[in-house]
Amino acid sequence: MTLADFGWAILRIALMLGFLLGALPLVIWLERRALAWFQNRVGPNRLGPFGLLQPMADAVKLFFKEEIVPANADRLIWALAPALALFPALVAAATVPWGPNRLLTPVADVDIGLLYFSAMSSLAAYGVLLAGWSSNNKYSLLGGLRASAQVISYELGMGLALATAVLAAGSFRMTSIVEMQAQPLWGIVPLLPNWLIFTPWGLIGGALFFVCMLAETNRAPFDLPEAESELVAGYQTEYSSMKFAAFFMGEYIAILAICAIMTTCFLGGYLAPINFSPIQALGAQGGFWGVLASLTGALMPPFWFLLKVFALVFMFLWIRATLLRLRYDQLMNLGWRFLIPVGLVNLALLTVYVIWGWVPSLIGYGVAIVLYLVFFGSRKPERRTVLLVREAQPYRPKEA
Amino acid sequence: MGERVLFFVLAIVAILSAGGVVFSRNPVRSALLLVLNFFTLALIYFSLSAQFIGVLQVIVYAGAIMVLFLFVIMLLNLGSPDAMPQERDLKRPLAYLIGFGILATLVSQSLALLIPATPQASPDVGTARVIGLALFTQWAYPLLLMGVLLTVGVIGSILLARRRAS
Repeated sequence: MTLADFGWAILRIALMLGFLLGALPLVIWLERRALAWFQNRVGPNRLGPFGLLQPMADAVKLFFKEEIVPANADRLIWALAPALALFPALVAAATVPWGPNRLLTPVADVDIGLLYFSAMSSLAAYGVLLAGWSSNNKYSLLGGLRASAQVISYELGMGLALATAVLAAGSFRMTSIVEMQAQPLWGIVPLLPNWLIFTPWGLIGGALFFVCMLAETNRAPFDLPEAESELVAGYQTEYSSMKFAAFFMGEYIAILAICAIMTTCFLGGYLAPINFSPIQALGAQGGFWGVLASLTGALMPPFWFLLKVFALVFMFLWIRATLLRLRYDQLMNLGWRFLIPVGLVNLALLTVYVIWGWVPSLIGYGVAIVLYLVFFGSRKPERRTVLLVREAQPYRPKEA
Repeated sequence: MGERVLFFVLAIVAILSAGGVVFSRNPVRSALLLVLNFFTLALIYFSLSAQFIGVLQVIVYAGAIMVLFLFVIMLLNLGSPDAMPQERDLKRPLAYLIGFGILATLVSQSLALLIPATPQASPDVGTARVIGLALFTQWAYPLLLMGVLLTVGVIGSILLARRRAS
């Protein structure tokens, strides 16, 4: 590694962290304003234009809050937990390509790019789990236990969804996954790009990934670990001041990172929705059009990338404003008995496409849908009484 | 040079955390130190350009198994274990003898090989493609056997869980 490589790496790291930390207040503002609009309220609109400076004011407020340590907390682990919650979120996006040029390629374009992301997101359980335990508070402990059970369960579905992108591109490398999506749509339509979401396996895989990423980031309707109506605020009940802010930041940075992964794997990464640009075509003449073409060539890929990421963030807020929280047994049933079987069948049919081509694979999808409708389509929705103290909890207390 | 320094730093952290797992009185801290140990081990794999194994180490051990360990420790809310009553018999000296014997054998056999070693593996030896090709062509039958073993484990665990619930 030469000194120049080192410099480029530092620049890329600074750019990535700069983006994550710079977009953070914007996401928090968007969450509060958009949620307010969904609920027919006004939302914070006093500080700065459209209330844009509100997150700064919140940060200043949190700095000056008193920090209260619970009496019987395990102090070391209690202080470590917010850092462990923030760390995986900050580094998870390090293998995501933001654009085609040298500054915007991933921090490390490694051969195991997607696996690196799943490794980092699997570490995200620790922060919440340890926060819940070390607070020495029953609500916090329940929140932490719920979070870890939920993250482990949905990691499997998430892995199956990401495996469709890996199998379609034939590589774990993020840049290869994006390059695969730059091909003409389905190999035949010239102007449109071959985003994975436009293929049957990509559509199912993308839908699976979207559900799993809601669960993985503990967002509504899967926000049971912090369900304020039953667990006060779950694992973060005992945290105040900047330690609370660290959890808060970790949650939103994790949302940004996971949206970046979804964009890269299923929505074509930094590619434009059309494989043709008039400015690029004119740019071949050189002169003014050439300058304009090189300028847009450098600026448009990150623009498309950020547009897709923020569209996904908006989907998060939309769902939060729309759906009710699931019960614990519903959450587990959805993860284990629906998402994982669907992901496995989807993966099997994708391998059929990879080996034998389009026709057998599409026939397979047809057969799978018909079989599903025959066996599960006519079933009446299950109506039964659930004991909230036993079945709907992640643990089973001993019989009295 | 830089790689050697990195190795020694990681190795020291790994050994200290492994010692901490054994000597810590608090089960949660013990488990956390084991996570740290797995993580440094993954970093050592990375520095040896075995990236695939390194990342699997984090996903499987640090990310899944240890979370379950912690989950169970926290669920049972274990305090520090009481000192076990010491029995005056040959178990303890025998355990020391066997343990140090194995350590001595390992060190004497491996150090001589390791000290002059200059890692000359090709840079893509640890990539997913190379490992996948080896596993699914040369070692296909052992892999299938491992699959059978895992299936037996899964069915067994389901059986155990069902019995407890009924």
